[in-house]
Amino acid sequence: MTSSEILELVKQYDADSIVSATAEGLYPHVVIKAERLPAIAGFLKTQPRLGFDLLRCISAIDRPAQNTIELAYDLLSTSLAHTFAVKVLLERADPQVASVSAIWPAAEWHEREAYDLVGVTFLHHPDLRRILLPEDWPGHPLRKDYQDIVEYRGLKFQP
Amino acid sequence: MLTFERPPVEYKGLSRTIVRLATKWGGIGIPLLLRFAWGVFLAAVVVLIAFVWLVQHFINPLLPWFVRDFVVVVGLLAFVCIVAIIGIWGERKVSGRIQSRLGPMRTGAWHGWAQSLADGLKFVQKEDLIPAAADKPLFRLAPYLALVPAFCAYLAIPFGVGWVFREADVSLLFVLAMLAIEVLGVIMAGWASNSKWSLYGAMREGCQLVSYEIPMGLSLLAAVLSVGSLNLTELGEAQAGGWFAWLLFQNPFLFAAFFTYYIASLASCKRAPFDLPEGESELVAGFHTEYSGFRFVMFFFAEYAGMFAVSALATIIFLGGWGSPIGGPSSPLWFLAKSTFLVWVQMWVRWTLPRIRIDQVMHACIKYLLPFTLLLFIGSSFWQLYASPAHPLFASLARLLPYGLGTLGLLLLGLYFFGAGYGYYYRNRLVGQMARRHLPGA
Amino acid sequence: MKEIEVHYPPEVLQEGEVPSDIRTEELVLNMGPQHPSTHGVLRVILQTDGELVLKATPYLGYLHRCAEKIAEKVTYRQFTPYTDRLDYLAAMNNNLGFALTVEKLGGIEIPPRADYLRVILAELNRIASHLMATGSYGLDMGAFTPLIYCFREREWIMDLFEAASGARLTYSYITIGGVREDVPEGWTQKCREFLDYFEPKITEYNNLLSFNHIFIQRTANVGICPPELALAYGLTGPCLRGSGVPWDLRKAMPYSRYGEFQFDIPVGRGTYGTVGDCWDRYFVRVEEMVQSVRIIRQALDKLADGPIQAKVPRVVKLPAGEVYYEVENPRGQLGFHLVSDGGTSPYRLKIRGPSFCNLSILPVLAPNCLLADIAALLGSIDIVMGEVDR
Repeated sequence: MTSSEILELVKQYDADSIVSATAEGLYPHVVIKAERLPAIAGFLKTQPRLGFDLLRCISAIDRPAQNTIELAYDLLSTSLAHTFAVKVLLERADPQVASVSAIWPAAEWHEREAYDLVGVTFLHHPDLRRILLPEDWPGHPLRKDYQDIVEYRGLKFQP
Repeated sequence: MLTFERPPVEYKGLSRTIVRLATKWGGIGIPLLLRFAWGVFLAAVVVLIAFVWLVQHFINPLLPWFVRDFVVVVGLLAFVCIVAIIGIWGERKVSGRIQSRLGPMRTGAWHGWAQSLADGLKFVQKEDLIPAAADKPLFRLAPYLALVPAFCAYLAIPFGVGWVFREADVSLLFVLAMLAIEVLGVIMAGWASNSKWSLYGAMREGCQLVSYEIPMGLSLLAAVLSVGSLNLTELGEAQAGGWFAWLLFQNPFLFAAFFTYYIASLASCKRAPFDLPEGESELVAGFHTEYSGFRFVMFFFAEYAGMFAVSALATIIFLGGWGSPIGGPSSPLWFLAKSTFLVWVQMWVRWTLPRIRIDQVMHACIKYLLPFTLLLFIGSSFWQLYASPAHPLFASLARLLPYGLGTLGLLLLGLYFFGAGYGYYYRNRLVGQMARRHLPGA
Repeated sequence: MKEIEVHYPPEVLQEGEVPSDIRTEELVLNMGPQHPSTHGVLRVILQTDGELVLKATPYLGYLHRCAEKIAEKVTYRQFTPYTDRLDYLAAMNNNLGFALTVEKLGGIEIPPRADYLRVILAELNRIASHLMATGSYGLDMGAFTPLIYCFREREWIMDLFEAASGARLTYSYITIGGVREDVPEGWTQKCREFLDYFEPKITEYNNLLSFNHIFIQRTANVGICPPELALAYGLTGPCLRGSGVPWDLRKAMPYSRYGEFQFDIPVGRGTYGTVGDCWDRYFVRVEEMVQSVRIIRQALDKLADGPIQAKVPRVVKLPAGEVYYEVENPRGQLGFHLVSDGGTSPYRLKIRGPSFCNLSILPVLAPNCLLADIAALLGSIDIVMGEVDR
């Protein structure tokens, strides 16, 4: 299926949740409202003509200029051999969104990484804690306003 | 910038003397020794032969028994150490050649023969590390509990007629008992290290070694039954008469018993494929993870001493001991040759096969090997019952069978040599020219 | 230095419970960052009941080197060496993935010689990576010899790579716009020689390791991952194909001229146990080596003279936009989510490491395995911590 057909199906399912959509270009995706994410995710997985059974990646992109944090969910269907992406915009001050780990358990670790590096909180996540950095690391490094720390547990870093 | 202060090391006592001697005289002594290594070796052999002849003819009748005992014990200790040293070197060369590489080549001018010596010197001068939370008395005791029984087993193993420290009517039982005490040393090492990984190694080893002693003993019992004595010298003497008189070929049950004994002895020596207690990939080094320096050397020596001891037992009981297969005079050299061959097969098996998991090890022992050896035991005893003059037909079959089985054995041996020769002759084609180009002798 | 308190992870203790190390039935084992069979600095806390593992919790981050943050500071060309070090055993494939991502966003077209060279080198690196995986898997199982044999073969591949790029492990050879420099004279001849030498070796390794009864007993019916579970946890590569799902990015969404080549996709069939066990995943890798040899031979036949680099400015500036591109690495699908704001460095580069997703299956498959099976499981998932932690 082409991206526009996929987009059509999503529109038919729930047109209100769509904030914007890009069907052509290098990165066809649909931007949906954060509250509607679990429903749309479930639809994308279970709809027989879509069948997105593999969650490839969850990328968290910090955009201080627009005061948002974007979450991009890249999906793949191994049975039907098509790809798609879903984006969610969250407010930068308190980014929260429901976890999709109940739908794609692969999301568990990706969401932990997004929480660790960018600071997005995922509601109803089974085990939300840092994955790459130590548990007591201050701050979220991949934010654009992250300041490098100077001392950690007695170890001093040269700037 | 972290500063690292070397902890001050103070040698005390014998270690101090050794270190001082080694640093003072070793600097010139060791290169000299290695330069004239062949000369030194030949001189040592000549001196040894002369000494043995002298002692045997002039001194032995004069000396009290405890001096002779002392000399023999020292000689046996030296033999065990040499077995371990050559065994370690041999293992590294054999493993290298199997893995398409050379093994030690530099220490000592010829194929790194002095590698074990160098390793020994290295281990001796290492820091004596005991983990802070370890059980110190047990930690110190465990290597001795592993090494001393392995050495004591040699006290009852005859190398030839009259070449035994003490001849005993139950020498086989004594040897098996000594090899069994090693289990204590291993378990103690695993416990005293205060590390869960070592504990795992010790627990696995405990159940494995103890379980495999039963098939080991039963296989040997089948042979004991056919000779009727537990005395190792008598067991060896009963097979005098060349290839076809070996206990291995007397009986199809004894033929199978040799192989079951060999497999069980692999397990009791913790050799691959049964080397889970020292499973390098999972437990780092199993029960002796926390041991370093000389204590580790003792465990290592115990392993090689045990390997040679079980091979010696197999040689005496199944392979004719010190008897020559081609009908010449029997001599300890035949014994050494056969035991070395069995040790080499142990090494060959180790570097070929993967490791068996502990539950599969126990499964194999209790469900397969144990009933099978029991069957062999019963079968062998019934064979003997029916091979008596009361059943003339069966007795004549039993008289002819050794020749059949012996021919089978000859065929197997011939197959082995043929395979080795074929592989050597066509080595470039089999391995691939590209792999052999960089090796010597290509 | 401040005293570092030791604390047990939350799932081991309840709230307010005093840590007591030895309970009567259970043992908490630390398969620490330094361990021979964790394939890198991976820490796994195991709760065991004797030899039976009840729970395994992996702890990552020991090799985290902030590649994604660094990507925002360096230029595109400067980031290529960082991609080498992600999955350092398959550096060519990482380079290829990053180069393809940048070329996709920048609309850069590659000359055919560069494309075929890329395929040859990527497949050679696939063979090298699988040799390492199968050899070290044998080592985990206690068979020391296949490891050395596999390393002997790898030496020849590394010689080829050294002749082409100058390095043995991290090449930075496949760059934006093509390959860095042309292969020297006689390289293709040596490559064919290697392929002729290598093909019969795979049969040898099968006889030595794959069909060895002990090895089969250690790996068959261990760590069974059904296909739905594999897809749910985002497994890709041999882990997914070992579970029976015939999905290979080179066939399904071909990139870099893979569509022109004929090759099969090996899929786990449960030959000695159940579909999706460790043996299947392992054997998929062995068979993939055979297919890689096929691909390299076809690519060598198609290799013709020509330029090896497209005209790309020294400092690469990409138009604003974003793209997500994936390639099939030996360990799975390596993905780059590249967000550009029109500058010389990425605005955000998210790297989807295949081993990161493959490792997430470990806590799911570990319960009810024996301790020795954890080593089998980790070896069959075949992770490289450089990719997990980035």
